[in-house]
Amino acid sequence: MIENFRYSVKIISFKLACAFLFASLMSLWTTTSYGASRYDYIDINNPLLKKIPIAIPVFKVGNGSSSEEEVSQRGSRLLSDTLAFTSYFKILDRGSFLIDIQKTDVSSPQFSGWTTVGAELLVTGAVALNNSQIEMELRLFDAYNERQLVGKKYSGHVNDLRPMIRRFCNEIMGILTGSSGLFDSKIAFVSSGTGSKEIYTCDFDGHSPAQITNNKSINLTPAWSPDGKWIAYTTYAKGKPDLYIHNVSDNRIFVVDKKGTSISPGWVPGTFELAASLSFSGDPEIYLLTGTGKIINRLTDNTGIDVSPSFSPDGKKMAFVSRRGGSPQIYIQNMNSGAVERLTFQGNNNTQPDWSPKGDKIIYTGLEKGGNFNIFVIGVNGNGLIQLTRSQGDNESASWSPDASMIVFSSTREGTSRVYVMTAYGADQRKLLDLPGKQSEPKWSQGLTN
Amino acid sequence: MKRKYLVILAMLLVVPGLLLTASCAKKVAEKPAAAVAKAAEAAKAPAAPAPAMTAPVVDTSKADELAARERFQKQDVNFAFDSSVLDATAQAILKNKADWMKKNPTAAVTIEGHCDERGTVAYNLALGERRAESAKAFLVNLGVPAARMTTISFGKEKPLDPAKTEEAYAKNRRARFVLK
Repeated sequence: MIENFRYSVKIISFKLACAFLFASLMSLWTTTSYGASRYDYIDINNPLLKKIPIAIPVFKVGNGSSSEEEVSQRGSRLLSDTLAFTSYFKILDRGSFLIDIQKTDVSSPQFSGWTTVGAELLVTGAVALNNSQIEMELRLFDAYNERQLVGKKYSGHVNDLRPMIRRFCNEIMGILTGSSGLFDSKIAFVSSGTGSKEIYTCDFDGHSPAQITNNKSINLTPAWSPDGKWIAYTTYAKGKPDLYIHNVSDNRIFVVDKKGTSISPGWVPGTFELAASLSFSGDPEIYLLTGTGKIINRLTDNTGIDVSPSFSPDGKKMAFVSRRGGSPQIYIQNMNSGAVERLTFQGNNNTQPDWSPKGDKIIYTGLEKGGNFNIFVIGVNGNGLIQLTRSQGDNESASWSPDASMIVFSSTREGTSRVYVMTAYGADQRKLLDLPGKQSEPKWSQGLTN
Repeated sequence: MKRKYLVILAMLLVVPGLLLTASCAKKVAEKPAAAVAKAAEAAKAPAAPAPAMTAPVVDTSKADELAARERFQKQDVNFAFDSSVLDATAQAILKNKADWMKKNPTAAVTIEGHCDERGTVAYNLALGERRAESAKAFLVNLGVPAARMTTISFGKEKPLDPAKTEEAYAKNRRARFVLK
């Protein structure tokens, strides 16, 4: 899809995010963390997240041909759906709009007409179609402060409408949250649709599922390399649990098939190195490996289970699961000094840490007293423990989106294990995929995968 | 009469021998080939009632051997939730297994470690391995050579009973013994 994707981008103008918008977003963060510090255990059944109302009128057309109308309709719908996926926006109903975008200048809208219908943000688009070539201008405005936040001009083949729209949505998220890349990301997961557990990938929104492994054995715990080109996973392809490091585009595979189990890969951000739990010494210990599967050095030294490494964005610290305290808990190890501190103290069974790409929080799976597994988030300093899922089956395998705005996880809330997404605060939980078999162990890519 | 007695004795040895595997093959081979041939011939004739003294003794020991072998493979060692500790029941079962391994010095076994469906995948892979390894270590301490045992963990991937009940979970938390 992307090979033929050539379009030019011209920056129309760029201004810094307005203080008002930024303040409203920041207040969500600070409110939540302030509340978290007041209680040891916070349930956010009602996270009270304020969604930003945004108006996205159908793009203005040039010559008005039926095919141009179709592209305009499809493009504006795609833009709405893509932004709606994040849960940070309330997409306003077009039926309420007072202004006919066809009769206005998309570069200088009448802001009062948009604020009247409740829009705080406005996206205008203009599209022209000539011989399957698109010329498209997209702009994001702060309607209250009457200013343009970003504007881009795209040109390319009509088949590349989707990546163009995604690119602009990345611009919007970059302006509003400071991080972009969500809409270029993919999700790896395990599915048993063929009768055996194989590794699959799909787009961030569940589109285009694709089967990666086909060895008809058991394949588990996929983990993306930081550049999104490789997936490391545990496989029984050769009869026992080995570690495969698999290039998604050319299917090259590096194999770690030492004695015992080779499991739970976790990559070091910004490198082609990963850590995994290997038990060839007789005891599961975490080792640092090259991306080609060669051992660099041993990271843990402790009798009993040590698994599931997940690194801080700077690679200086590693969260992992250890049973050294008598029950599985999350620990953090300083990579330079080797010093280890226990992070989790609530509950007897805390596993699957995933360090936020922003660096400040760790999500993990904990066993509640009632007997269900649920997703929790905790500050890396041990403060601000929040339960993100509850009372809906078992919820496991949480993984951050690359901009840390969303979390993907698996849940048995409908009986069969499926893949779900939610916001970083646990809001708007919904199913991502409807595929045959069971889906589990989703992992969000952190870099570009295209 | 003496000849008939010999034939029946040969049958009693041959027939169970055919049912059993390699461990009994040696015993069968020791019998003179002629006796085996005669036994085959005699099989066509209506079988006379076997002398009460001999038959049950031979039968029982073979059956016992079979049963012991079957028990070795079928009797799992079970564990508590999130534990690889061997309780008294588990230790008693493992003592039987050690005895069997010593009586059958050519037998080699794969010890599989399994978990119930609760808990996360990677941790259960590690826990399953600890279970298999703790069973193996116990047998080594009882004098079974480590070289005759290998371990593999299947984590929670191969439950014995897929039901979501405490009873099923208890069955699924197990070390399973598979003869090679």
